Amino acid sequence: MSERADVSGAPPPVPPAALEKADDAGGGKRGRSTKRRDDARAGLTLISPTLVIVVVMVVLPILWTFSMAFQQIRLLNLSTAGIFGNYTLANFSGILDSEGFWTSLRTTLIYSVLGTASAIGLGLVAALALRQPFRGRTFVRASMLLPYVAPVVAATFAWSTMLNPQFGIVNYWGQRLLGWDEPIAFLSQASSDVSILGLQFSLPTALLSVIAFEAWRSFPFAFLFLTARLQAAPAVLEEAALVDGATPTQRFRYVLLPQLLPTIAVLSVLRFIWTFNSFDDIYLLTGGGAGTEVVSVRVFNALTARGDIGAAAAQALVLALILAILVIVYLRRFATQEERA
Amino acid sequence: MATTRLEQDRQPATQATHATRSVSARSGWTRDAVENRVFRVLRWLIIAFLLMITLFPFYYTVLLSIRSLDAVLREPGAIWVPPSEWVLDSYASVLSSSGSGGQGFLTFMRNSAVVAFSTVALTLLVGLPGAYAVSRLEFFGRRQISGLFLAVYLFPSILLAVPLFVFFTRIGLRGSLIGLLIVYVSQIVAVSIYMLRNYFDTIPVSLEEAAAIDGCGRLGIMWRISLPLAKPAIMANALFVFMIAWNEFLFALLFLVEKRDRWTVSLGLSQLAGSIEIPTTVLMAGSVLVTLPIIIIFFASERLLTEGLTAGAEKG
Repeated sequence: MSERADVSGAPPPVPPAALEKADDAGGGKRGRSTKRRDDARAGLTLISPTLVIVVVMVVLPILWTFSMAFQQIRLLNLSTAGIFGNYTLANFSGILDSEGFWTSLRTTLIYSVLGTASAIGLGLVAALALRQPFRGRTFVRASMLLPYVAPVVAATFAWSTMLNPQFGIVNYWGQRLLGWDEPIAFLSQASSDVSILGLQFSLPTALLSVIAFEAWRSFPFAFLFLTARLQAAPAVLEEAALVDGATPTQRFRYVLLPQLLPTIAVLSVLRFIWTFNSFDDIYLLTGGGAGTEVVSVRVFNALTARGDIGAAAAQALVLALILAILVIVYLRRFATQEERA
Repeated sequence: MATTRLEQDRQPATQATHATRSVSARSGWTRDAVENRVFRVLRWLIIAFLLMITLFPFYYTVLLSIRSLDAVLREPGAIWVPPSEWVLDSYASVLSSSGSGGQGFLTFMRNSAVVAFSTVALTLLVGLPGAYAVSRLEFFGRRQISGLFLAVYLFPSILLAVPLFVFFTRIGLRGSLIGLLIVYVSQIVAVSIYMLRNYFDTIPVSLEEAAAIDGCGRLGIMWRISLPLAKPAIMANALFVFMIAWNEFLFALLFLVEKRDRWTVSLGLSQLAGSIEIPTTVLMAGSVLVTLPIIIIFFASERLLTEGLTAGAEKG
């Protein structure tokens, strides 16, 4: 309540530019500035419930995370810890020294880069394949969105049952149709040796499985945006290219793709941010085992299994920091490229 | 070969190239013809593949939920079961309360419904005025507030999980649906405002000015003009919020895991999936029950929703 009163009791917030404008208007000056003031007051009143809830439940907790990351707090001594505790860098040095953190950071990077790329790739293929109308296209389009809207728990459960080494349908048909010698433990095997054309490879089985899941689950998001962008692409350009004798791949490469690139760039940022922090998928599929422990799963384990709040807060902060740096670097590069083009 | 033909295609200047071109066109082996033919087939293959990967996991879930465990273990590869062999025992077992030997999914569904519907109501109650203000009214800090909401939308929820977990443990709201509700609203309201604002922006201001001239106040304009016009967007937004709240997993896990009678369906399914005693077929029935409301909502309102989904992030 008090915060609300404070906000609406603030001095009439009229921007300087608006005041000048009102002065120029001469005769209408009085009426306009009253309307502006009324609007400003109404605006703040209407936005304040949202603002209060967001500040209290999102902004303050984040600030508090900073405070906790610099203290040695555990769930057990929580009641004695305050804002003025003993600040220390122990949590950060603990994380940066441990090998597990760096391994999981690497896993997170591989997971999010490959997951983002394959989701957008699949989404692009789907958007192009469904571009020309045909009977039943509406139904097919709606089906494409199912993986994205279905509850994550149900989706991961269906996948882990399908990939189950004992009675999963994938292993059943894989052994019968594809000639696998033995069932593959897709979600619990850290790596498997594969020989292709006499070359031996070691593939991170579980990590590739969760990346495949991520691609499957989020390609609809890319599909949706790329479809919308394709609908906005003017047909004239492609017709002109057709008249000039451009083949389908050439029309895609030189006419369509340049129009899609800005959308793809935005999608990459959004998907990368979400994949980089994603917790549900990996936690539900592998529990973070078999070489799939991403940082968010580590944060969760530190928080609940070990009750080490300080370490959890510090790891979450490092994760957010790295993400922020990556996104800023990407946006910088992308922005400069745009300018040059 | 292909490259020379391509070059000829591009420069049909001389008589000779014209001749070769028409010959190759007649025999149908220009790059253009080949590509067209390949893509005509490939397109259908891709559509079939996409349909299979998107639909099969859900089909498989339904299939397992209506088979008995014995049958599944005996014949794990079956992809069709005649109606005479359908068994609905799994559903009975998953729905009946834990007191009578079942899994108590009815309680979980009730919890999920309570949380999801309350989240929708509260989010709209808080978000609608906010979206209207951000779209229509000039006030101090409007741009900064919009920026803040976008940041919240993109913010990693795992980073918020730490302080919220500690905070709710400390004030003793962990394990209550109210705590969960507050967290949901605080995280969804930003997205919701983003979506609604985009729609309010498309409503012509002249309509509101006409009402103002007729003597309508700010609130009257909002209530009588803007809200009725924004009905489709509000509907789409409500469905979107419902789906987020119904599907949410991380915070339900953090807050409610110790109290079985408060579990949401998502949490219940994930917790029971870890135990060995419960047959997979029963859990598959639970999985169908979690997914069904979402699928129904989705197909009933597909167009509304896809527009809503894109409207929400377009500006991002």
